[in-house]
Amino acid sequence: MSEINIVDAPPGTEGPGYFATSLDKVIGLARANSLWPLPFATSCCGIEFMATMGSHYDLGRFGAERLSFSPRQADVLMVMGTIAKKMAPVLKQVYIQMAEPRWVMAVGACASSGGIFDTYSVLQGIDEVIPVDVYVPGCPPRPEAILDGFQRVQDLVKNESGRRRHSDYYKDLLGQYGIK
Amino acid sequence: MEQTTLNNDIHVKLVEKFGEKVTAVSEPYGLLTFVTYTDVIHNVLLHLKNELNFNFLTDITAVHYPEKDHGIAVVYHLNNMVERVRIRVKVFIAEKHPTIPTATTIWKAANWMERETYDFFGVKFEGHPDLRRILNMDDLGVHPMLKQYPLEDPNRVDKKDEFFGR
Amino acid sequence: MNHNHPVFTDNDPQEELVTLNLGPTHPATHGVFQNVLQMDGERIVSGVSTVGYIHRAFEKIAEHRPFYQITPLTDRLNYCSSPINNMGWHMTVEKLLKIEMPKRVDYLRVIIMELSRIADHIICNTIIGQDTGATTTFLYLFQFREHIYEIFEEVCGARLTTNIGRIGGFERDFNEVAFTKINKFLKEFPVALKEFENLLNRNRIFIDRTAGVAEVGKETALDYGWTGPLLRATGIDYDVRVSDPYSSYQDFDFEVPVGTSGDIYDRYLVRNEEMWQSLRIIEQSLEKLKSEPKGIFHADVPEFYLPPKQEVYNNMEALIYHFKIVMGEIDAPKAEIYHAVEGGNGELGFYLINDGGRTPYRLHFRRPSFINYQMFAPMSEGMLLSDAIINMSSMNIIAGELDA
Repeated sequence: MSEINIVDAPPGTEGPGYFATSLDKVIGLARANSLWPLPFATSCCGIEFMATMGSHYDLGRFGAERLSFSPRQADVLMVMGTIAKKMAPVLKQVYIQMAEPRWVMAVGACASSGGIFDTYSVLQGIDEVIPVDVYVPGCPPRPEAILDGFQRVQDLVKNESGRRRHSDYYKDLLGQYGIK
Repeated sequence: MEQTTLNNDIHVKLVEKFGEKVTAVSEPYGLLTFVTYTDVIHNVLLHLKNELNFNFLTDITAVHYPEKDHGIAVVYHLNNMVERVRIRVKVFIAEKHPTIPTATTIWKAANWMERETYDFFGVKFEGHPDLRRILNMDDLGVHPMLKQYPLEDPNRVDKKDEFFGR
Repeated sequence: MNHNHPVFTDNDPQEELVTLNLGPTHPATHGVFQNVLQMDGERIVSGVSTVGYIHRAFEKIAEHRPFYQITPLTDRLNYCSSPINNMGWHMTVEKLLKIEMPKRVDYLRVIIMELSRIADHIICNTIIGQDTGATTTFLYLFQFREHIYEIFEEVCGARLTTNIGRIGGFERDFNEVAFTKINKFLKEFPVALKEFENLLNRNRIFIDRTAGVAEVGKETALDYGWTGPLLRATGIDYDVRVSDPYSSYQDFDFEVPVGTSGDIYDRYLVRNEEMWQSLRIIEQSLEKLKSEPKGIFHADVPEFYLPPKQEVYNNMEALIYHFKIVMGEIDAPKAEIYHAVEGGNGELGFYLINDGGRTPYRLHFRRPSFINYQMFAPMSEGMLLSDAIINMSSMNIIAGELDA
């Protein structure tokens, strides 16, 4: 049996019988280790995601073994694979359906920038239709890279304010994409 | 060598039946190729299927030759699985009125292949039950595989020609 | 749009048909296909398939790339078994250039192609298991796909989109580790595959879910252009490896498994048996390699095969060839050619027209998934929804190959 790792407590003040820290940090800790990903897998990167979910690499170690195929319950939208222009409205619809707080990971070259497909039919990066938090390079990225990208999302989740959705910056960002 | 005698037999039989309508017969890499015309293509395919045992439709596609009068070649690949022979049939049609009879009545497989060809080249298959775009978006407006259309999205603003030496 | 608008109807709800929008991002479809189904309760009355959600315009890109740059495109057709696509494309060009391949290269290619066929069939068959409720099979057999990927990594450095080999052979010889890994795989995989079969082949639940579901007759299958395991499950022994041997497949002794009724159970059995046959082919190939001269991994065609980098820096002749190949100034004949290989899903064809220029004049891929899939909607009529889902997984439709 391997050792079971437990996440470290956030920095705070400790004394006999009490522990005090800010609520944001506790919520961030809980959120970061129980993210439910929505795999929006379209092509090759989706197959590498299957490998990431499989027993060999096991995304479950990061608290994300529960895939949520319903956008309503999902926290992280993982876009894996080429998004054609025909698919773009569908992707945007899925993003709009997700509840706050929500994060987006663009996995692979195609989702990040259109990749090698600089053609009339391919969306040149999903950041043309929805905001993206983490980009994972690779064509396709190795499962390790997907895991690394996922940990970067966790970092964001840990350190972000629980009131992000009310910030002007965030509202402006969504406004640019025409999302209310 | 065996392939060539077999191909000769098929050629002779086709000429017997369709005479001058079978033209430009060649044999690149052992694959019998000939050109025929829109008015007989349906009968040619039917004859190949029923009489000469080319029971399997491998593929339908098209090629665009902008400099020719009849600039769009519709290409059929058929396969005789029993005798292990393949054959290629071509029909050249005018770019302005690209119409050709459908093959869906002979093989059901032709349905999507013809829709794809229509999508890419604008070839109208007469009698096709459901001739819509298949791969591209309905509002694309052009048939993108024609040589005059560019590969890249012409609406892109983030790519400056000067950085690509154009 | 107001989602809460009232619905007024005088019809009896029992007699109403429901429209079900399956896809394009439905988890059960394992890919991006949309099927708009008319449902009567659990039964499908009619369906319309919409495809093209990841259309990337491969054929248009191919008209703008020199031959060797098209290999990465073929990777992304059927990404579950990319090496077959890569080598299919290489062999097309080699046929065009009339390159005589050394036997050793052919045998090495056969090893890689059969390994990727196993990887492809593992995905399909474990997914059938998954969709009938047996997740164990998926988690268990998937590790062996990892082992196959490790072999690919050893040979070419990549796992999934391999870009393996070059026009004219391989980029480098297989190293000792690769052979060790292949031998290890040959020893371990049959045990796991046997266990996998024990779990499913005689499993009452599995048989109930799959046997007699989605039966397809021979004539219908041919009419709809089916090839590969799907066609063989109906009882027609058409395999491009046998009918049109390429890469020295005629030197190997293997059987083409066929089914009888073309139902999902038969497709599953055919794929499983093909994995056993692939193992046999790999074993024979390793045996044959022993009598071949060592160290040959490409044909002796300096005008088409990229020279090693060391040579390019130190040797004038190699530099010239390197320049000519990279600039696409190779002397290819003006011709048209059709070459087919047996892909994971069926006959994968390359129709290439070369006009002597830098790039192909036209390149068309005959993609088995695209042609196989058009039967899905018509054959779903009258089927239960849950059966249609397994039917789709047993057809092993790969979205990348479907949409190109």
